[in-house]
Amino acid sequence: MSAAHAMQSELPLLEVRDLTMRFGGLTAVDRLTFAAHSGAITALIGPNGAGKTTVFNCITGFYRPTSGAIVIERGDETYRLDRLAGHRIARDAGVARTFQNIRLFPNMTVLENLLVAQHARLMRASAFSLAGLLGLRRYRDAEEAGIALARSWLERLDLVQYADRDCGTLAYGLQRKIEIARAMCTQPALLCLDEPAAGLNPRETTELSRLIISIRDEFGIGILLIEHDMSLVMGISDRIVVLDHGARISEGTPAEVRSDPAVIRAYLGEDDTANGEGGR
Amino acid sequence: MAYFLQQLINGLTLGAVYGLIAIGYTMVYGIIGMINFAHGEIYMIGAFICMIAFAVLGFMGIASVPMALLVVLLLAIILTAAYGWTVERIAYRPLRGSFRLAPLISAIGMSIFLQNYVQLLQGARVKAMEPVISGGFVLMRDGSFQVTLSYLQLMIMSVTVVLMAGFTTVIHRTPLGRAQRACEQDQKMAALSGIDVDRTISLTFVLGAGLAAVAGVMNTLYYGVIDFFIGFLVGLKAFTAAVLGGIGSLPGAMLGGLMIGLIEAFWAAYFDAAYKDVAAFSVLVLVLIFRPSGLLGRPKVEKV
Repeated sequence: MSAAHAMQSELPLLEVRDLTMRFGGLTAVDRLTFAAHSGAITALIGPNGAGKTTVFNCITGFYRPTSGAIVIERGDETYRLDRLAGHRIARDAGVARTFQNIRLFPNMTVLENLLVAQHARLMRASAFSLAGLLGLRRYRDAEEAGIALARSWLERLDLVQYADRDCGTLAYGLQRKIEIARAMCTQPALLCLDEPAAGLNPRETTELSRLIISIRDEFGIGILLIEHDMSLVMGISDRIVVLDHGARISEGTPAEVRSDPAVIRAYLGEDDTANGEGGR
Repeated sequence: MAYFLQQLINGLTLGAVYGLIAIGYTMVYGIIGMINFAHGEIYMIGAFICMIAFAVLGFMGIASVPMALLVVLLLAIILTAAYGWTVERIAYRPLRGSFRLAPLISAIGMSIFLQNYVQLLQGARVKAMEPVISGGFVLMRDGSFQVTLSYLQLMIMSVTVVLMAGFTTVIHRTPLGRAQRACEQDQKMAALSGIDVDRTISLTFVLGAGLAAVAGVMNTLYYGVIDFFIGFLVGLKAFTAAVLGGIGSLPGAMLGGLMIGLIEAFWAAYFDAAYKDVAAFSVLVLVLIFRPSGLLGRPKVEKV
Protein backbone atom coordinates (compact mmCIF):
# COMPACT_ATOMS: atom_id res chain seq x y z
CA MET A 1 0.00 0.00 0.00
CA SER A 2 0.98 3.62 -0.37
CA ALA A 3 0.90 3.97 3.36
CA ALA A 4 4.52 4.32 4.13
CA HIS A 5 5.40 7.54 2.38
CA ALA A 6 3.63 9.90 4.70
CA MET A 7 2.99 8.07 7.88
CA GLN A 8 6.22 8.02 9.73
CA SER A 9 7.29 11.47 8.62
CA GLU A 10 6.07 14.11 11.04
CA LEU A 11 3.83 15.01 13.93
CA PRO A 12 0.18 14.32 13.31
CA LEU A 13 -1.91 17.11 11.80
CA LEU A 14 -5.01 16.12 13.73
CA GLU A 15 -5.02 14.47 17.09
CA VAL A 16 -8.19 13.25 18.72
CA ARG A 17 -7.66 12.34 22.35
CA ASP A 18 -10.15 10.57 24.60
CA LEU A 19 -13.05 12.10 22.70
CA THR A 20 -16.39 11.37 24.32
CA MET A 21 -19.76 12.59 23.11
CA ARG A 22 -22.91 11.79 25.03
CA PHE A 23 -26.49 12.63 24.11
CA GLY A 24 -28.46 12.22 27.29
CA GLY A 25 -27.83 8.64 28.30
CA LEU A 26 -26.50 7.63 24.91
CA THR A 27 -22.75 7.49 24.43
CA ALA A 28 -22.20 8.10 20.74
CA VAL A 29 -18.43 8.36 20.92
CA ASP A 30 -16.57 6.67 23.74
CA ARG A 31 -13.00 7.76 24.69
CA LEU A 32 -11.88 7.70 21.09
CA THR A 33 -8.23 8.38 20.34
CA PHE A 34 -6.68 8.55 16.89
CA ALA A 35 -4.54 10.76 14.69
CA ALA A 36 -4.47 11.89 11.07
CA HIS A 37 -1.39 13.05 9.20
CA SER A 38 -0.72 15.53 6.45
CA GLY A 39 -0.31 13.93 3.07
CA ALA A 40 -2.23 10.84 4.14
CA ILE A 41 -5.73 9.50 3.75
CA THR A 42 -7.13 8.29 7.05
CA ALA A 43 -10.40 6.40 6.83
CA LEU A 44 -12.93 6.13 9.61
CA ILE A 45 -15.07 3.06 9.13
CA GLY A 46 -17.53 1.07 11.15
CA PRO A 47 -21.05 -0.35 11.01
CA ASN A 48 -24.04 1.98 10.77
CA GLY A 49 -24.43 4.00 13.94
CA ALA A 50 -20.84 3.44 15.04
CA GLY A 51 -20.44 7.18 15.66
CA LYS A 52 -18.39 8.17 12.64
CA THR A 53 -20.42 11.20 11.64
CA THR A 54 -20.60 12.26 15.28
CA VAL A 55 -16.80 12.35 15.29
CA PHE A 56 -16.91 14.58 12.20
CA ASN A 57 -19.47 16.81 13.87
CA CYS A 58 -17.18 17.21 16.87
CA ILE A 59 -14.17 17.97 14.69
CA THR A 60 -16.02 20.59 12.67
CA GLY A 61 -17.64 22.32 15.63
CA PHE A 62 -21.22 21.17 15.03
CA TYR A 63 -21.15 19.48 18.44
CA ARG A 64 -19.26 20.42 21.55
CA PRO A 65 -17.72 17.17 22.83
CA THR A 66 -18.66 16.04 26.33
CA SER A 67 -14.98 15.53 27.09
CA GLY A 68 -11.66 14.96 25.41
CA ALA A 69 -9.54 17.05 23.10
CA ILE A 70 -9.33 17.60 19.35
CA VAL A 71 -6.10 19.27 18.35
CA ILE A 72 -4.88 20.61 15.02
CA GLU A 73 -1.21 21.49 14.54
CA ARG A 74 -0.94 23.93 11.69
CA GLY A 75 2.33 25.72 11.11
CA ASP A 76 3.47 26.91 14.50
CA GLU A 77 -0.04 27.19 15.84
CA THR A 78 -2.00 24.69 17.85
CA TYR A 79 -5.78 24.84 17.73
CA ARG A 80 -8.17 23.15 20.12
CA LEU A 81 -11.12 22.46 17.84
CA ASP A 82 -13.32 21.42 20.74
CA ARG A 83 -13.18 25.00 22.01
CA LEU A 84 -12.74 27.09 18.87
CA ALA A 85 -15.54 29.39 17.63
CA GLY A 86 -17.36 27.96 14.60
CA HIS A 87 -15.97 30.15 11.85
CA ARG A 88 -12.38 29.90 13.10
CA ILE A 89 -12.34 26.13 12.61
CA ALA A 90 -12.33 26.72 8.88
CA ARG A 91 -10.59 30.09 8.76
CA ASP A 92 -7.72 29.51 11.20
CA ALA A 93 -7.45 25.79 11.88
CA GLY A 94 -8.01 24.98 8.21
CA VAL A 95 -10.62 22.25 8.51
CA ALA A 96 -13.04 21.78 5.62
CA ARG A 97 -15.79 19.28 5.28
CA THR A 98 -18.37 17.72 2.99
CA PHE A 99 -21.62 16.12 4.10
CA GLN A 100 -23.37 12.82 3.77
CA ASN A 101 -26.50 14.70 2.72
CA ILE A 102 -24.91 17.52 0.69
CA ARG A 103 -25.10 21.00 2.21
CA LEU A 104 -24.44 23.42 -0.58
CA PHE A 105 -26.09 26.83 -0.54
CA PRO A 106 -28.89 25.82 -2.91
CA ASN A 107 -29.98 29.31 -3.95
CA MET A 108 -26.51 30.49 -4.86
CA THR A 109 -24.68 29.76 -8.06
CA VAL A 110 -21.86 27.24 -8.21
CA LEU A 111 -19.32 30.03 -8.53
CA GLU A 112 -20.79 31.88 -5.56
CA ASN A 113 -20.59 28.74 -3.46
CA LEU A 114 -16.90 28.55 -4.23
CA LEU A 115 -16.41 32.24 -3.47
CA VAL A 116 -18.22 31.99 -0.14
CA ALA A 117 -15.62 29.40 0.78
CA GLN A 118 -12.97 32.09 0.35
CA HIS A 119 -14.93 34.56 2.40
CA ALA A 120 -12.36 35.34 5.08
CA ARG A 121 -9.73 36.38 2.57
CA LEU A 122 -12.07 38.36 0.33
CA MET A 123 -13.69 40.10 3.29
CA ARG A 124 -10.34 41.29 4.53
CA ALA A 125 -9.34 42.50 1.09
CA SER A 126 -12.62 44.30 0.61
CA ALA A 127 -12.47 46.09 3.98
CA PHE A 128 -15.94 44.87 4.86
CA SER A 129 -17.28 45.39 1.37
CA LEU A 130 -16.60 49.12 1.36
CA ALA A 131 -13.78 48.69 -1.10
CA GLY A 132 -15.89 46.18 -2.97
CA LEU A 133 -18.65 48.70 -3.38
CA LEU A 134 -16.27 51.37 -4.57
CA GLY A 135 -14.55 48.91 -6.88
CA LEU A 136 -11.14 49.56 -5.42
CA ARG A 137 -8.09 47.97 -6.96
CA ARG A 138 -6.99 45.88 -4.02
CA TYR A 139 -10.37 44.27 -3.73
CA ARG A 140 -10.70 43.67 -7.43
CA ASP A 141 -7.37 41.87 -7.42
CA ALA A 142 -8.44 39.68 -4.50
CA GLU A 143 -11.79 38.95 -6.13
CA GLU A 144 -10.03 38.02 -9.33
CA ALA A 145 -7.68 35.69 -7.47
CA GLY A 146 -10.72 34.17 -5.77
CA ILE A 147 -12.47 33.61 -9.07
CA ALA A 148 -9.27 32.14 -10.53
CA LEU A 149 -9.04 29.62 -7.70
CA ALA A 150 -12.71 28.74 -8.11
CA ARG A 151 -12.25 28.39 -11.86
CA SER A 152 -9.25 26.09 -11.45
CA TRP A 153 -11.42 23.75 -9.39
CA LEU A 154 -14.31 23.98 -11.78
CA GLU A 155 -12.01 23.07 -14.64
CA ARG A 156 -10.43 20.25 -12.75
CA LEU A 157 -13.81 18.73 -11.91
CA ASP A 158 -15.28 19.47 -15.31
CA LEU A 159 -17.90 21.82 -13.93
CA VAL A 160 -17.19 25.03 -15.82
CA GLN A 161 -20.43 24.97 -17.79
CA TYR A 162 -22.43 24.95 -14.56
CA ALA A 163 -20.65 27.94 -12.97
CA ASP A 164 -23.64 30.25 -13.13
CA ARG A 165 -26.34 27.72 -12.33
CA ASP A 166 -27.97 27.61 -8.92
CA CYS A 167 -26.59 24.64 -7.00
CA GLY A 168 -30.01 23.44 -5.93
CA THR A 169 -30.99 22.77 -9.55
CA LEU A 170 -28.06 20.48 -10.37
CA ALA A 171 -27.87 16.69 -10.41
CA TYR A 172 -26.77 14.84 -7.32
CA GLY A 173 -23.43 13.64 -8.65
CA LEU A 174 -22.53 17.18 -9.70
CA GLN A 175 -23.47 18.54 -6.28
CA ARG A 176 -21.12 16.03 -4.66
CA LYS A 177 -18.27 17.28 -6.80
CA ILE A 178 -19.12 20.93 -6.12
CA GLU A 179 -19.08 20.26 -2.41
CA ILE A 180 -15.55 18.90 -2.64
CA ALA A 181 -14.53 21.87 -4.78
CA ARG A 182 -16.00 24.24 -2.23
CA ALA A 183 -14.19 22.53 0.62
CA MET A 184 -10.92 22.80 -1.31
CA CYS A 185 -11.52 26.49 -2.00
CA THR A 186 -11.17 27.17 1.72
CA GLN A 187 -7.56 26.01 1.19
CA PRO A 188 -7.76 23.56 4.06
CA ALA A 189 -5.08 21.69 5.97
CA LEU A 190 -7.52 18.89 6.75
CA LEU A 191 -10.30 17.78 4.43
CA CYS A 192 -13.06 15.70 6.00
CA LEU A 193 -15.17 13.74 3.52
CA ASP A 194 -18.37 12.21 4.87
CA GLU A 195 -19.41 9.36 2.58
CA PRO A 196 -18.36 11.07 -0.64
CA ALA A 197 -19.23 8.01 -2.73
CA ALA A 198 -22.78 7.65 -1.45
CA GLY A 199 -25.18 7.66 -4.37
CA LEU A 200 -22.46 7.62 -7.02
CA ASN A 201 -22.31 5.00 -9.77
CA PRO A 202 -19.18 2.82 -10.17
CA ARG A 203 -17.68 5.07 -12.84
CA GLU A 204 -18.18 8.16 -10.71
CA THR A 205 -16.72 6.32 -7.72
CA THR A 206 -13.55 5.51 -9.64
CA GLU A 207 -13.31 9.14 -10.68
CA LEU A 208 -13.77 10.15 -7.05
CA SER A 209 -11.01 7.90 -5.76
CA ARG A 210 -8.63 9.35 -8.33
CA LEU A 211 -9.62 12.83 -7.25
CA ILE A 212 -9.03 12.12 -3.57
CA ILE A 213 -5.61 10.63 -4.26
CA SER A 214 -4.65 13.56 -6.46
CA ILE A 215 -5.68 16.02 -3.76
CA ARG A 216 -3.52 14.18 -1.25
CA ASP A 217 -0.49 14.05 -3.51
CA GLU A 218 -0.76 17.51 -4.97
CA PHE A 219 -1.64 19.54 -1.90
CA GLY A 220 -0.12 17.34 0.78
CA ILE A 221 -3.08 17.95 3.05
CA GLY A 222 -4.58 15.48 5.48
CA ILE A 223 -7.74 13.72 4.39
CA LEU A 224 -10.20 12.13 6.77
CA LEU A 225 -12.68 9.85 5.08
CA ILE A 226 -15.89 8.21 6.19
CA GLU A 227 -17.07 5.69 3.64
CA HIS A 228 -19.10 2.53 3.37
CA ASP A 229 -17.77 1.52 -0.02
CA MET A 230 -15.10 -0.90 1.19
CA SER A 231 -13.33 -1.29 -2.11
CA LEU A 232 -12.86 2.48 -2.21
CA VAL A 233 -11.66 2.60 1.39
CA MET A 234 -9.29 -0.33 1.04
CA GLY A 235 -8.02 1.00 -2.26
CA ILE A 236 -7.03 4.53 -1.30
CA SER A 237 -6.59 4.71 2.49
CA ASP A 238 -3.17 4.97 4.04
CA ARG A 239 -4.55 4.19 7.44
CA ILE A 240 -7.89 2.97 8.73
CA VAL A 241 -9.53 3.48 12.10
CA VAL A 242 -12.43 1.14 12.85
CA LEU A 243 -15.21 2.25 15.20
CA ASP A 244 -17.95 0.22 16.78
CA HIS A 245 -20.41 1.57 19.33
CA GLY A 246 -18.39 4.78 19.48
CA ALA A 247 -15.13 3.11 20.48
CA ARG A 248 -12.06 2.27 18.44
CA ILE A 249 -11.80 -1.45 17.91
CA SER A 250 -8.96 -1.55 15.42
CA GLU A 251 -6.46 0.63 13.64
CA GLY A 252 -3.83 0.03 11.00
CA THR A 253 -3.14 -0.26 7.30
CA PRO A 254 -5.94 -1.63 5.10
CA ALA A 255 -4.29 -5.07 5.09
CA GLU A 256 -3.99 -5.15 8.88
CA VAL A 257 -7.54 -4.01 9.44
CA ARG A 258 -8.97 -6.43 6.92
CA SER A 259 -7.56 -9.41 8.75
CA ASP A 260 -8.35 -8.19 12.25
CA PRO A 261 -10.83 -10.61 13.89
CA ALA A 262 -12.37 -7.77 15.92
CA VAL A 263 -13.30 -5.95 12.72
CA ILE A 264 -14.79 -9.04 11.12
CA ARG A 265 -16.82 -9.64 14.24
CA ALA A 266 -18.14 -6.07 14.30
CA TYR A 267 -19.19 -6.17 10.66
CA LEU A 268 -20.62 -9.65 10.54
CA GLY A 269 -21.85 -9.63 14.13
CA GLU A 270 -20.72 -13.13 14.97
CA ASP A 271 -21.86 -13.22 18.53
CA ASP A 272 -23.86 -10.07 19.16
CA THR A 273 -26.13 -9.48 16.22
CA ALA A 274 -28.69 -7.81 18.44
CA ASN A 275 -26.38 -4.88 19.20
CA GLY A 276 -25.29 -4.42 15.64
CA GLU A 277 -27.71 -1.65 14.95
CA GLY A 278 -29.29 1.18 16.89
CA GLY A 279 -26.42 2.11 19.25
CA ARG A 280 -24.41 4.97 17.87
CA MET B 1 -55.51 63.56 -14.69
CA ALA B 2 -53.53 66.29 -13.00
CA TYR B 3 -54.94 65.29 -9.65
CA PHE B 4 -54.07 61.67 -10.34
CA LEU B 5 -50.50 62.58 -11.26
CA GLN B 6 -50.09 64.56 -8.07
CA GLN B 7 -51.28 61.62 -6.01
CA LEU B 8 -48.89 59.37 -7.85
CA ILE B 9 -45.99 61.63 -6.89
CA ASN B 10 -47.14 61.80 -3.28
CA GLY B 11 -47.65 58.06 -3.13
CA LEU B 12 -44.26 57.26 -4.57
CA THR B 13 -42.58 59.55 -2.07
CA LEU B 14 -44.40 57.94 0.80
CA GLY B 15 -43.72 54.49 -0.61
CA ALA B 16 -40.01 55.13 -1.04
CA VAL B 17 -39.71 55.83 2.67
CA TYR B 18 -41.74 52.75 3.61
CA GLY B 19 -39.55 50.72 1.31
CA LEU B 20 -36.35 51.88 2.98
CA ILE B 21 -37.67 50.78 6.36
CA ALA B 22 -39.13 47.57 4.99
CA ILE B 23 -35.68 46.50 3.83
CA GLY B 24 -34.57 46.42 7.46
CA TYR B 25 -37.42 44.09 8.37
CA THR B 26 -36.90 41.85 5.41
CA MET B 27 -33.12 41.51 5.77
CA VAL B 28 -33.28 40.64 9.45
CA TYR B 29 -36.06 38.17 8.78
CA GLY B 30 -34.05 36.66 5.98
CA ILE B 31 -30.98 36.07 8.06
CA ILE B 32 -32.34 35.05 11.47
CA GLY B 33 -36.00 34.37 10.74
CA MET B 34 -37.25 36.88 13.24
CA ILE B 35 -39.38 40.02 13.01
CA ASN B 36 -37.47 42.88 14.57
CA PHE B 37 -40.36 44.74 16.14
CA ALA B 38 -38.00 47.40 17.45
CA HIS B 39 -37.15 48.46 13.90
CA GLY B 40 -39.89 51.13 13.83
CA GLU B 41 -38.32 52.65 16.93
CA ILE B 42 -34.93 52.65 15.22
CA TYR B 43 -36.52 54.75 12.50
CA MET B 44 -37.97 57.05 15.17
CA ILE B 45 -34.52 57.46 16.71
CA GLY B 46 -33.15 58.34 13.28
CA ALA B 47 -35.83 61.04 13.02
CA PHE B 48 -34.92 62.45 16.43
CA ILE B 49 -31.23 62.50 15.65
CA CYS B 50 -32.07 64.39 12.48
CA MET B 51 -34.03 67.03 14.34
CA ILE B 52 -31.44 67.42 17.08
CA ALA B 53 -28.62 67.61 14.56
CA PHE B 54 -30.40 70.33 12.58
CA ALA B 55 -30.96 72.29 15.78
CA VAL B 56 -27.30 71.99 16.73
CA LEU B 57 -26.10 72.92 13.25
CA GLY B 58 -28.47 75.88 13.17
CA PHE B 59 -27.11 76.97 16.51
CA MET B 60 -23.55 76.72 15.18
CA GLY B 61 -24.65 78.89 12.30
CA ILE B 62 -24.09 76.53 9.42
CA ALA B 63 -26.27 78.03 6.76
CA SER B 64 -25.48 76.05 3.65
CA VAL B 65 -28.40 73.66 3.21
CA PRO B 66 -26.67 70.92 1.17
CA MET B 67 -23.75 70.92 3.61
CA ALA B 68 -26.04 70.72 6.65
CA LEU B 69 -28.10 68.02 5.00
CA LEU B 70 -25.07 65.89 4.31
CA VAL B 71 -23.77 66.23 7.86
CA VAL B 72 -27.19 65.43 9.33
CA LEU B 73 -27.61 62.43 7.10
CA LEU B 74 -24.21 61.02 7.98
CA LEU B 75 -24.68 61.68 11.69
CA ALA B 76 -28.11 60.06 11.67
CA ILE B 77 -26.86 57.02 9.80
CA ILE B 78 -23.87 56.48 12.07
CA LEU B 79 -25.67 57.02 15.37
CA THR B 80 -28.77 55.07 14.38
CA ALA B 81 -26.63 52.23 13.10
CA ALA B 82 -24.96 52.18 16.51
CA TYR B 83 -28.41 51.82 18.08
CA GLY B 84 -29.23 49.00 15.68
CA TRP B 85 -26.01 47.21 16.56
CA THR B 86 -26.57 47.64 20.29
CA VAL B 87 -30.14 46.39 20.16
CA GLU B 88 -29.02 43.23 18.39
CA ARG B 89 -26.13 42.75 20.77
CA ILE B 90 -28.06 43.07 24.02
CA ALA B 91 -31.58 41.98 23.14
CA TYR B 92 -31.26 39.32 20.43
CA ARG B 93 -27.84 37.72 20.37
CA PRO B 94 -28.01 36.30 23.91
CA LEU B 95 -31.28 34.63 22.92
CA ARG B 96 -29.96 32.97 19.79
CA GLY B 97 -30.49 29.24 19.98
CA SER B 98 -33.32 29.75 22.42
CA PHE B 99 -36.92 29.00 21.45
CA ARG B 100 -38.31 30.93 18.49
CA LEU B 101 -40.64 33.17 20.42
CA ALA B 102 -37.97 34.47 22.82
CA PRO B 103 -36.29 37.05 20.55
CA LEU B 104 -39.71 38.16 19.31
CA ILE B 105 -40.82 38.99 22.83
CA SER B 106 -37.48 40.59 23.48
CA ALA B 107 -38.02 42.73 20.36
CA ILE B 108 -41.38 43.96 21.61
CA GLY B 109 -39.76 44.77 24.94
CA MET B 110 -37.00 46.65 23.16
CA SER B 111 -39.58 48.60 21.18
CA ILE B 112 -41.40 49.69 24.35
CA PHE B 113 -38.11 50.51 26.02
CA LEU B 114 -36.90 52.71 23.16
CA GLN B 115 -40.20 54.60 23.03
CA ASN B 116 -40.06 55.35 26.72
CA TYR B 117 -36.38 56.16 26.58
CA VAL B 118 -36.95 58.82 23.94
CA GLN B 119 -40.06 60.07 25.71
CA LEU B 120 -38.09 60.54 28.92
CA LEU B 121 -35.13 62.20 27.24
CA GLN B 122 -37.01 64.36 24.75
CA GLY B 123 -40.43 64.82 26.29
CA ALA B 124 -43.76 63.61 25.06
CA ARG B 125 -44.79 66.68 23.09
CA VAL B 126 -44.81 66.77 19.32
CA LYS B 127 -41.72 68.51 18.00
CA ALA B 128 -41.86 70.66 14.92
CA MET B 129 -39.17 71.90 12.61
CA GLU B 130 -38.98 74.71 10.08
CA PRO B 131 -38.93 73.42 6.53
CA VAL B 132 -35.34 73.17 5.37
CA ILE B 133 -35.98 72.65 1.70
CA SER B 134 -38.91 74.31 0.01
CA GLY B 135 -40.03 74.90 -3.52
CA GLY B 136 -40.27 72.54 -6.45
CA PHE B 137 -41.05 72.12 -10.08
CA VAL B 138 -44.50 72.76 -11.44
CA LEU B 139 -45.01 69.91 -13.85
CA MET B 140 -48.49 70.65 -15.14
CA ARG B 141 -51.32 73.08 -14.78
CA ASP B 142 -54.95 72.18 -14.96
CA GLY B 143 -57.07 75.24 -14.33
CA SER B 144 -56.17 76.34 -10.85
CA PHE B 145 -54.66 72.98 -9.91
CA GLN B 146 -50.90 72.65 -10.16
CA VAL B 147 -49.03 69.40 -10.20
CA THR B 148 -45.84 69.97 -8.29
CA LEU B 149 -42.86 67.81 -7.65
CA SER B 150 -41.15 69.44 -4.70
CA TYR B 151 -37.37 69.41 -4.45
CA LEU B 152 -37.79 67.39 -1.30
CA GLN B 153 -39.89 64.73 -3.01
CA LEU B 154 -37.34 64.54 -5.79
CA MET B 155 -34.58 64.17 -3.23
CA ILE B 156 -36.41 61.43 -1.34
CA MET B 157 -37.01 59.46 -4.50
CA SER B 158 -33.51 59.85 -5.84
CA VAL B 159 -31.84 59.02 -2.52
CA THR B 160 -34.00 55.91 -2.33
CA VAL B 161 -33.10 54.86 -5.86
CA VAL B 162 -29.40 55.37 -5.18
CA LEU B 163 -29.55 53.45 -1.93
CA MET B 164 -31.49 50.61 -3.50
CA ALA B 165 -28.97 50.33 -6.31
CA GLY B 166 -26.10 50.40 -3.83
CA PHE B 167 -27.79 47.81 -1.71
CA THR B 168 -28.46 45.46 -4.55
CA THR B 169 -24.78 45.71 -5.42
CA VAL B 170 -23.74 44.94 -1.86
CA ILE B 171 -25.97 41.89 -1.66
CA HIS B 172 -25.06 40.47 -5.06
CA ARG B 173 -21.50 41.55 -5.67
CA THR B 174 -19.59 41.82 -2.42
CA PRO B 175 -18.27 39.27 0.08
CA LEU B 176 -20.54 40.72 2.76
CA GLY B 177 -23.60 40.17 0.62
CA ARG B 178 -22.53 36.65 -0.22
CA ALA B 179 -21.97 35.99 3.47
CA GLN B 180 -25.44 37.30 4.25
CA ARG B 181 -27.04 35.08 1.66
CA ALA B 182 -24.99 32.12 2.85
CA CYS B 183 -26.07 32.69 6.47
CA GLU B 184 -29.64 32.97 5.27
CA GLN B 185 -29.49 29.53 3.69
CA ASP B 186 -27.40 27.55 6.16
CA GLN B 187 -25.76 29.23 9.14
CA LYS B 188 -23.70 26.26 10.27
CA MET B 189 -22.37 25.64 6.82
CA ALA B 190 -21.60 29.34 6.51
CA ALA B 191 -19.54 29.17 9.68
CA LEU B 192 -17.75 26.14 8.28
CA SER B 193 -16.83 28.24 5.25
CA GLY B 194 -15.04 30.65 7.57
CA ILE B 195 -17.85 33.19 7.82
CA ASP B 196 -18.25 34.87 11.20
CA VAL B 197 -22.00 34.40 11.48
CA ASP B 198 -22.46 36.66 14.51
CA ARG B 199 -20.66 39.50 12.83
CA THR B 200 -22.61 39.06 9.62
CA ILE B 201 -25.85 39.27 11.60
CA SER B 202 -24.60 42.38 13.41
CA LEU B 203 -23.73 44.03 10.11
CA THR B 204 -27.20 43.20 8.82
CA PHE B 205 -28.72 45.07 11.72
CA VAL B 206 -26.32 47.96 11.18
CA LEU B 207 -27.23 48.22 7.50
CA GLY B 208 -30.96 47.99 8.22
CA ALA B 209 -30.69 50.67 10.89
CA GLY B 210 -28.70 52.88 8.51
CA LEU B 211 -31.51 52.72 5.96
CA ALA B 212 -34.10 53.37 8.66
CA ALA B 213 -32.07 56.45 9.65
CA VAL B 214 -32.24 57.77 6.11
CA ALA B 215 -35.99 57.15 6.14
CA GLY B 216 -36.21 58.98 9.48
CA VAL B 217 -34.34 61.99 8.12
CA MET B 218 -36.44 62.10 4.96
CA ASN B 219 -39.76 61.89 6.77
CA THR B 220 -38.71 64.49 9.32
CA LEU B 221 -37.86 66.88 6.51
CA TYR B 222 -41.05 65.99 4.65
CA TYR B 223 -43.56 66.28 7.46
CA GLY B 224 -41.66 68.54 9.83
CA VAL B 225 -43.19 67.02 12.97
CA ILE B 226 -42.09 64.07 15.07
CA ASP B 227 -42.78 62.54 18.43
CA PHE B 228 -41.65 59.47 20.31
CA PHE B 229 -44.53 57.38 18.99
CA ILE B 230 -44.06 57.83 15.23
CA GLY B 231 -42.12 54.57 14.94
CA PHE B 232 -45.15 52.48 15.76
CA LEU B 233 -47.43 53.13 12.81
CA VAL B 234 -44.68 53.69 10.27
CA GLY B 235 -42.97 50.54 11.48
CA LEU B 236 -46.20 48.60 11.16
CA LYS B 237 -46.73 49.91 7.64
CA ALA B 238 -43.19 49.06 6.62
CA PHE B 239 -43.57 45.61 8.11
CA THR B 240 -46.77 45.24 6.12
CA ALA B 241 -44.85 46.33 3.04
CA ALA B 242 -42.19 43.70 3.68
CA VAL B 243 -44.81 40.97 4.07
CA LEU B 244 -46.74 42.21 1.06
CA GLY B 245 -43.65 42.06 -1.14
CA GLY B 246 -42.62 38.70 0.28
CA ILE B 247 -40.65 38.78 3.47
CA GLY B 248 -37.01 37.94 2.92
CA SER B 249 -37.00 39.47 -0.56
CA LEU B 250 -35.24 42.81 -1.06
CA PRO B 251 -36.99 43.88 -4.28
CA GLY B 252 -40.17 42.65 -2.62
CA ALA B 253 -39.67 45.05 0.28
CA MET B 254 -39.24 47.96 -2.09
CA LEU B 255 -42.22 46.96 -4.20
CA GLY B 256 -44.34 46.42 -1.10
CA GLY B 257 -43.31 49.84 0.21
CA LEU B 258 -44.30 51.56 -3.01
CA MET B 259 -47.63 49.73 -3.08
CA ILE B 260 -48.49 50.68 0.47
CA GLY B 261 -47.50 54.28 -0.24
CA LEU B 262 -49.60 54.44 -3.40
CA ILE B 263 -52.62 52.78 -1.82
CA GLU B 264 -52.53 55.24 1.06
CA ALA B 265 -52.11 58.27 -1.17
CA PHE B 266 -54.86 57.28 -3.59
CA TRP B 267 -57.27 56.17 -0.92
CA ALA B 268 -56.80 59.43 0.95
CA ALA B 269 -57.29 61.38 -2.27
CA TYR B 270 -60.35 59.66 -3.69
CA PHE B 271 -62.05 58.20 -0.65
CA ASP B 272 -61.94 58.94 3.04
CA ALA B 273 -58.52 59.86 4.37
CA ALA B 274 -59.47 58.55 7.80
CA TYR B 275 -59.62 55.02 6.39
CA LYS B 276 -56.33 55.02 4.50
CA ASP B 277 -54.67 52.67 6.98
CA VAL B 278 -57.59 50.28 6.70
CA ALA B 279 -57.10 50.24 2.94
CA ALA B 280 -53.39 49.50 3.23
CA PHE B 281 -53.88 46.69 5.69
CA SER B 282 -56.83 45.23 3.73
CA VAL B 283 -54.62 44.82 0.71
CA LEU B 284 -52.21 42.93 2.93
CA VAL B 285 -54.97 40.59 4.01
CA LEU B 286 -56.02 39.99 0.41
CA VAL B 287 -52.49 39.29 -0.77
CA LEU B 288 -51.87 36.92 2.10
CA ILE B 289 -55.03 35.00 1.31
CA PHE B 290 -54.18 34.53 -2.36
CA ARG B 291 -50.37 34.60 -2.26
CA PRO B 292 -49.27 33.63 1.24
CA SER B 293 -45.57 34.07 0.49
CA GLY B 294 -46.09 37.65 -0.72
CA LEU B 295 -45.75 39.12 -4.18
CA LEU B 296 -42.10 38.28 -4.79
CA GLY B 297 -41.49 35.79 -1.97
CA ARG B 298 -40.28 32.31 -2.61
CA PRO B 299 -42.67 29.69 -1.33
CA LYS B 300 -41.02 27.83 1.52
CA VAL B 301 -39.68 24.49 0.39
CA GLU B 302 -39.53 21.96 3.16
CA LYS B 303 -35.95 20.78 3.76
CA VAL B 304 -35.42 17.05 3.58
